[in-house]
Amino acid sequence: MSIVLEQSEIDRSLKRISHEIIERNHGLNNVLLMGIPTRGVTLAQRIGAFLATIDSSVPVGTLDITMHRDDLRLKPPRPLMGTQIPSEGIDGKHLVLIDDVLFSGRTIRAALDAIGELGRPSSVQLAVLIDRGHRELPIRADYVGKNIPTNAQEIVKVQLHEIDGIDQVEIGLL
Amino acid sequence: MKNLLSIQDLDSASIVEILNTARELARITDGPMKKLPTLRGRTVVNLFFEDSTRTRLSFEAAAKRLSADVISFSAKGSSVSKGESLKDTAQTLEAMGADLIVIRHSASGAAKRLAESGWIQSAVVNAGDGMHEHPTQALLDAYTIRAHFPDHENDFSGLHVGIVGDILHSRVARSNVILLNKLGATVTLIAPPTLLPIGVSQWPVQVSHSLDEVIGTLDAVMMLRIQSERMNDSFFPSEREYSRDFGLGAQRLAALKKEAIIMHPGPMNRGLEISAASADSPQSVILEQVANGILVRMAVLYLLLGGTRIPTEGVLV
Repeated sequence: MSIVLEQSEIDRSLKRISHEIIERNHGLNNVLLMGIPTRGVTLAQRIGAFLATIDSSVPVGTLDITMHRDDLRLKPPRPLMGTQIPSEGIDGKHLVLIDDVLFSGRTIRAALDAIGELGRPSSVQLAVLIDRGHRELPIRADYVGKNIPTNAQEIVKVQLHEIDGIDQVEIGLL
Repeated sequence: MKNLLSIQDLDSASIVEILNTARELARITDGPMKKLPTLRGRTVVNLFFEDSTRTRLSFEAAAKRLSADVISFSAKGSSVSKGESLKDTAQTLEAMGADLIVIRHSASGAAKRLAESGWIQSAVVNAGDGMHEHPTQALLDAYTIRAHFPDHENDFSGLHVGIVGDILHSRVARSNVILLNKLGATVTLIAPPTLLPIGVSQWPVQVSHSLDEVIGTLDAVMMLRIQSERMNDSFFPSEREYSRDFGLGAQRLAALKKEAIIMHPGPMNRGLEISAASADSPQSVILEQVANGILVRMAVLYLLLGGTRIPTEGVLV
């Protein structure tokens, strides 16, 4: 495994994404962050903290998409990770979905399904720390920390301080 | 986990896993997302050889909330009354596309027989077999207790649960004793000697013949139904006498700890084992049990049908 992002670079990427979110939405009015467990939640909390220092604080929620996956039958049952919807709901919001790695796009497809049942945000945007390519669905990210070309067999391993005790992104073969 | 046949088969980690899954489902379905697409295209068959209202409806509701198709079967008015065997009935239902069979049967061990005889490939969930077990009832009871004693999330030690009434005929009591014991709770069975099973001294429980002696120490009291359909012997002199000695009336309600909860698996005989005042008191969680039953059964259906059937490592397998 070789390191492709270190702590300082992860930090910088998340700060840049925070600024881009403000720029694109002309401020933070009606902006809502939803992290996809596990590490998307941590990233959402960090971006939320950056937004609070740069501009103003926004609601941060989590969205477990397990029950909407299309590959459930290919693996043993997965534990559910928890969904928390901010009390104001998602209707009419600019909802920024946050995940660590964008790969096939199937997780995001499931997330869009889940969102569709939760309500009707006025827009859904996608922020990811790593875009590694190999999309299987017509889905793209609005905010990307870093594009990393990979081959499909490689593993991209995102580690975050809150969960793994260290901030870094590695890439390599198993 | 391929089937859910008894609590005996589960270790405490699997029990907690099911309860946690149910709690997550509660959180998801609490909002506007009432229905989940998870089991779309799967078929759940309710195979009920015994009468049931809440268990059958609860399984049906659980399956429907996960978008599974449900076929309900009750033995009355079916070919069973023409003499069709359990094997043939089950194989017929599987040929119609059942992925999971929920079975209730008056014979102890019917679910196990169905699951392990090799007749069918479907997953099997025991919804009550004779006087043996009723695992989803025990799971929903544990879920309900846990919701009221959040300090005891995965460990019930220090909690005192009383199970009152017809222990002898009760599969609910049996499953609850096993489950509560696995999670570390102290269990006291309270019944007249005639309604206790032979060999109860071997069970991991305390036994009392006086509800008044223990009522003040209980954190949860489970009132069991007097099953008049099984009362074909003189187990107690009269309903009035039973009610006076073992019913949860006004005086015993007042003797309960303030934070203690009143449970009943239903259907209730109001005025016999439980007074209307107790059943409707703020300490009663009987309707919560019904609501929790759907969540727990959703969790079980998800864990049995949500993933691949190929066995791999893990708690749930």
